[in-house]
Amino acid sequence: MCSYNVPAVEVTALQKSYGAKRVLTGVDLRVAPGTLFALLGPNGAGKTTMVRILATLTEPGGGRATVAGFDVVRERHRVRRAISLTGQYAAVDELQTGAENLRMMARLTGLSRPDARRRAAELLERFDLVDAGDRRAGTYSGGMRRRLDLAASLVGQPSVIFLDEPTTGLDVRSRQAMWDVVSDLVRGGVTVFLTTQYLEEADQLADRIAVLDHGRLVADGTAARLKEQVGGRRLDLTLADPAAYDAAAARLGDRVLLRDPARRTLGVATDGSAAHVRALLDEIDPGRRAVDRFALHAATMDDVFLALTGTPAREKETADV
Amino acid sequence: MSSALVMVDRSVRLSRRNLDALLTALMLPIMLMLLFVYLFGGAIETGTKYVTYVVPGVIMLCAAFGASTTAVSVSQDVTGGIVDRFRSMDVGGVAFLTGHVVASVIRNVASTLLVLGIALIIGFRPTAGPLEWLAAAGALLLFVFAISWLSAAVGLLVRSAEAAGGFTFFVMFLPYPSSAFVPIDTMPGWIHGFAEHQPATPIIETLRGLMLGTDLGTAPWLALAWSGGILLVSVAAAGALFRRRTAA
Repeated sequence: MCSYNVPAVEVTALQKSYGAKRVLTGVDLRVAPGTLFALLGPNGAGKTTMVRILATLTEPGGGRATVAGFDVVRERHRVRRAISLTGQYAAVDELQTGAENLRMMARLTGLSRPDARRRAAELLERFDLVDAGDRRAGTYSGGMRRRLDLAASLVGQPSVIFLDEPTTGLDVRSRQAMWDVVSDLVRGGVTVFLTTQYLEEADQLADRIAVLDHGRLVADGTAARLKEQVGGRRLDLTLADPAAYDAAAARLGDRVLLRDPARRTLGVATDGSAAHVRALLDEIDPGRRAVDRFALHAATMDDVFLALTGTPAREKETADV
Repeated sequence: MSSALVMVDRSVRLSRRNLDALLTALMLPIMLMLLFVYLFGGAIETGTKYVTYVVPGVIMLCAAFGASTTAVSVSQDVTGGIVDRFRSMDVGGVAFLTGHVVASVIRNVASTLLVLGIALIIGFRPTAGPLEWLAAAGALLLFVFAISWLSAAVGLLVRSAEAAGGFTFFVMFLPYPSSAFVPIDTMPGWIHGFAEHQPATPIIETLRGLMLGTDLGTAPWLALAWSGGILLVSVAAAGALFRRRTAA
C-alpha cells in the first residue's frame, strides 16, 4: 500500500500518438489516494489509451506518469503489483467456472493453492456469485460476468483499481449493482480510476471528474464545480415560431446546450442572476417578440459535457434532457 | 516459472473443455487412417501392406494438425481481453505462450497414443525395439513442439480466430504432397522437388525407419534440422509478435 501523501496517480504532460494520429496531447492530472476519479469523454477521446498507459500496457509517447508512486515505464513491475485493470472486454475464461477463474488469478498473484481457494471463495461471497461459482463463466449473464471480472481483478488486493467503462452494455439493474460494488471499494480505502461515457455514472460515483476531449483535458473538478463552471444553471427559451428559433440558434452558435426544434426550445448556460438572464434575453430577442416563455433549470452533467466538448455525450441522453 | 505452470494448467483445462476441437483433433486423423487403409489402400502399391506404409504418415498428420490448433486458441486469447489482464498482473508472453505450447504437446501425446492404439488393432505391426521407440517418440515430440510454437506465432499474427483456423487447414494438407499416403515416385515429376524437400517427408521417413526398419538415410538429420529450425524461428517470431501485438 502506498502512503497517503503520495498521489495514487500523477500524470505530467502525457502524450501518445499512433502514427500521425495524436491520441493524447499533453495531459496533466493528479488523483488523491482513497478517492474515486472519473475520466469522462466521448468515444475516441483517448480514455482507453490513458488507462492502458497507466496500467503499464502501453508506453507513453512523451511526458511522465506514476501510479502508486512508481513510474509506469521504469518501475512497471512494481506498478503491476499495486494495480488491477478491468477492461472493456470481460477478461475471464468462458470455459472455466467462476471459481476456477478466480483461483487461477489468485495463483498468478503468487498465492498457494489453499490460499487461492480461500481467496476465491471470499470473492464469490462478496460479489454475490456463490451459487454460480461452479458454473462455467460462459453461462453467466452480462452483469454476472462483469462482477466476476471485477472480482478477478481484486484477487491481488490492489491499491489502485482501473475500470475501463465498467458498465457499458449493462442493463439498469446490473449497472446499479456495479455502482454499489465500486462505491464499496472506495469505502474500503482503495483508489478507483474509472472511465465512462455515462455522465450520470460520473456524477453519482466520482469525487472528482475530468473531461477528456480530443486527447486533452477540458475540465477537471468535482461534479458541482464543473456545473458551476458552465454557469450552474440552464436557461431554456421557448421561441414564438420556427423562424425565431432558427435566428436565435444561429445567434447563440455553440453556446447552445439544448436544442429541441419540435418544441422550439433552446437551452443556454447562465449563472441564474437576473442581470445575466436579462442580458441574454436582450441579446437573443432585442425586439421582445421572439421569446414566448423561459424556464431556469439546474445544469446537468449533460450540459457540462456539451458545453465543454461541443458534442453530446450520447444522442439519446441529450434528446430527453 | 510458477506463473508458467498456472498457465499450463489453464490451457490444459481449456483444451479438455473445448470438446469440439478435441474431438476433431482426435477423430480426423483416425477417420483419415481408416479411409486410406480400407477405401484407397487396396489400390495403392507400396511394396508392403498398406496399413504398415500409411501409419507413420497418419501419426505425423495427427501431430501436425493437433499442434496447429494452438493458433486458434492463442488467437482467441489475444483478441479477447484476457492477455491484457495477464500483462497487468505481470504475467508476460513467455508464461502465456508456454502454457499454450505445453498444453498442445500434452494433447498431442494423448491423440498420438490413441491413433497408434487403433493402428495396432487394424494390423499395424512395427518392428521397433525400445531404443527405436524412444528415438521415434523424441523425433515426434520435437516436431510437435516446433509446430506448436509456429502455430502460437501464427495465432499472434492473424487478426481473427477464423483466420487461425485457415492455418490448421494448410497444415492438414501439407502431408498430401509428401511420402505420407503414397510413395513420392508415383507422383508427377514436377512435384517431386517439393514433396521430397518439404518438412513432412523427412519426419515421416524417420518414423518409418525407426518403427519399421526401412532405410533411414539422412532423414533423421533432415527431420532434426527442420524441427529445430522451425522451433528457433518460431520462438523468436512469437516473442516479437507478442510484444508488437500487445503493446499498442
